[in-house]
Amino acid sequence: MPGADAAVAGGTPDLDARMAESAVRRGGGRCELVLSVPGIRCGACMRAIESGLAAAPGITEVRVNLSLRRVRVVWREGITTAVSVLQALEALGFEAHIPDPDREAAGDDARYRQLLLALAVAGFAAGNIMMMSIAVWSGADSSTRDLFHWLSALIAVPAVAIAGRPFFSGAVAALAVRRITMDVPISLAVILAVLLSLVETAGSGPHAYFDAAVGLLFFLLIGRTLDHLMRRRARSAATLLSRLAPDRTLRVGPEDAVEDVAVREVRPGDILLLRSGDRIPVDGEVIEGPVRIDAGIVTGESSLMTGETGHPLSAGMLNAGDGFRMRAARTASRSFVAEITRLMEAAEGTRARYRQLSEKAAGIYVPAVHAVAAATFVGWWLASGDPWLAASIAIAVLIITCPCALALAVPMVHVVAAGQMFRSGLLLRDGAALERLAEISHVVLDKTGTLTTGVVRVANPGTIGTDALALAAGLAQTSSHPKSRAICALARARGAARTVPGQPVEHVGLGIELATGEGVLRLGRAGWAGAGEGATVLGRDGTVLAAFEFEEVLRPGAAASAHALRAAGLGVEILSGDRPDKVACVAAAVGVADWKGGVRPEEKLARLAELGRRGEQVLMVGDGLNDGPSLSAAHASMAPSGACDVGRSAADLVFLGESLAVVPFAIDLASRARALMRQNLGLAVLYNLIAVPVAVAGLATPLVAAIAMSLSSVLVTANALRLSSRRLPAAPREGE
Amino acid sequence: MDVLLLLVPVALLLGVLGLAAFVWALKNGQFADPKGSAQRILDHDSDDDWR
Repeated sequence: MPGADAAVAGGTPDLDARMAESAVRRGGGRCELVLSVPGIRCGACMRAIESGLAAAPGITEVRVNLSLRRVRVVWREGITTAVSVLQALEALGFEAHIPDPDREAAGDDARYRQLLLALAVAGFAAGNIMMMSIAVWSGADSSTRDLFHWLSALIAVPAVAIAGRPFFSGAVAALAVRRITMDVPISLAVILAVLLSLVETAGSGPHAYFDAAVGLLFFLLIGRTLDHLMRRRARSAATLLSRLAPDRTLRVGPEDAVEDVAVREVRPGDILLLRSGDRIPVDGEVIEGPVRIDAGIVTGESSLMTGETGHPLSAGMLNAGDGFRMRAARTASRSFVAEITRLMEAAEGTRARYRQLSEKAAGIYVPAVHAVAAATFVGWWLASGDPWLAASIAIAVLIITCPCALALAVPMVHVVAAGQMFRSGLLLRDGAALERLAEISHVVLDKTGTLTTGVVRVANPGTIGTDALALAAGLAQTSSHPKSRAICALARARGAARTVPGQPVEHVGLGIELATGEGVLRLGRAGWAGAGEGATVLGRDGTVLAAFEFEEVLRPGAAASAHALRAAGLGVEILSGDRPDKVACVAAAVGVADWKGGVRPEEKLARLAELGRRGEQVLMVGDGLNDGPSLSAAHASMAPSGACDVGRSAADLVFLGESLAVVPFAIDLASRARALMRQNLGLAVLYNLIAVPVAVAGLATPLVAAIAMSLSSVLVTANALRLSSRRLPAAPREGE
Repeated sequence: MDVLLLLVPVALLLGVLGLAAFVWALKNGQFADPKGSAQRILDHDSDDDWR
């Protein structure tokens, strides 16, 4: 990782500038910086950081926030710098980043506090106004009633001004772009109710709706706060999982001087030095081969590649061997990763146009209710000739039609469903994602990293003798190649001793070699290690001692999930960037007949578009960079938590556990949730069918409004809670 | 009904006190890090600074 290396020790202009931008100067020559540290997991980490940093010179204040996994550091300017704070944290074993303002939604915390404050004010006001309203309803006489009404007004007016802000600002924002959301009728009903009640109170009238207005806000704020909490939890978890992108790299200058530069400063023709384990920052080529590259995340292929001199490299590949040098061919903005990002942005469009159930409901509800209220006003005016009476009945209609149940009907189900998913190790991005997931008719699965774990194992252990296995493991133990690890794992399982005389030599692309007294031992590619069939053989002086076959390890629950998806009537297919023969193997193992290998990212997109034209709504499950565009183009998408950054941020759902059983579970939960949302909307409509005629007839009183509103809200909330009986059987419980 | 003149202000005052306490806690950062606070209470060394 850049930053952990000594090359940064001097501090680089770019990093310094970024840190200086984020650091806030405070009085007395002090600087404050908030860093995001994903590695903080427990109280012990918290204490290690706080005591470790407090001991560093110049640092005056350290405060860890365990919930948000942040560290706030204050230091004296001149004694220490932002970069040394970062290094001190790294020395403690914690990788820190500067929180990205775009991604972290800087105002998030402020919004949460605004919601909590609004909720508290609405709760206080609702309780106290209800106390006085009950006195009025139970028959307080005229002067006492007026006193209580005035007291209620005194509480309600400031309370509505504070607690109504989230709705008023939402309504204004929606109207500004000529859209109708539930915020509009809510704001209108609350404001009109307060105004009507004020006029009624001034005229010593019997009907004041202060309790209805404030109670409405209180119920809605509960739903909205829960919704906000759910989104924040999913978002912060997704951000924390992300790793630092390779935004720094080592450039070899004249006379072999190595400098640490920002990736965006790399120009075509530059020579870059890649250490073992580094990600390739820009497209380019190998200067001197052979080198070993893990292209998994880019192409979806499972095996390591060998790059000879001049071999093309794509940004995002991993250097899986020793350090080597490459020549940059393109700048970062024109490299593979940037291309993928552009494809993804182009694909996002369809999803942004998706209209949520609640938006559709608001689109029907708002004009209908307002038309009924207007008709009531005109009708009563014509009938009675009294515009004041007509207005008060029309406003009563607006209040009693109660956007409350309707506005809670859908969000409450979202909140309960997201909570259930979270408990099963699934992070839901938002409510719209849940609704899209419920409409799925076809599932497209990626292979590597999705159906398989990316680990291989020996497929033919029965045909390999213990002696040969011990020799092979002895050769393999020095190598980090996945196949070597598989051989060592098998040897461990069989208890085969692994001692070899001497130090084995690894030949990239061929295998491992060791000269012994009894001949030259080779473990590697057939033909090099010994004439034979199969992928990998162990040979002595060309004579085959053992032949190894390998297979990919399936993710737990892969076959059962594929079966469950088909049983649920969904189409299932595999699209992979890997070689067709390997895809065929995995497809057979999980029992999916419909598969395709060697598919490039654009082709995956084309396939999704083709499915879309046939009227299928596709769920894409994938993890690689090559799946990124399809993850954002598909109707809904899921990614494992081990997926690349791009994939995870594009996916609607991220699952934390190993098992694929969460895929059918999530679809089942989503369709159940959709059924409940519809039921809830139905209940809200039913309520209105009863309440509206009463209100239009002029029979609605504040008492009727209060009872009706509370009952309908409690009803839809209780209905939403029925979802909490859905659990993933034996779910992997990771995370919080 | 004179009792109302005493009881209503008392009830409102108690409500306002509760609301004020909550607003104070919110502004004071009491809800900023619930998980951290849960851990800190177990830690002997960090009781100097409880904010």
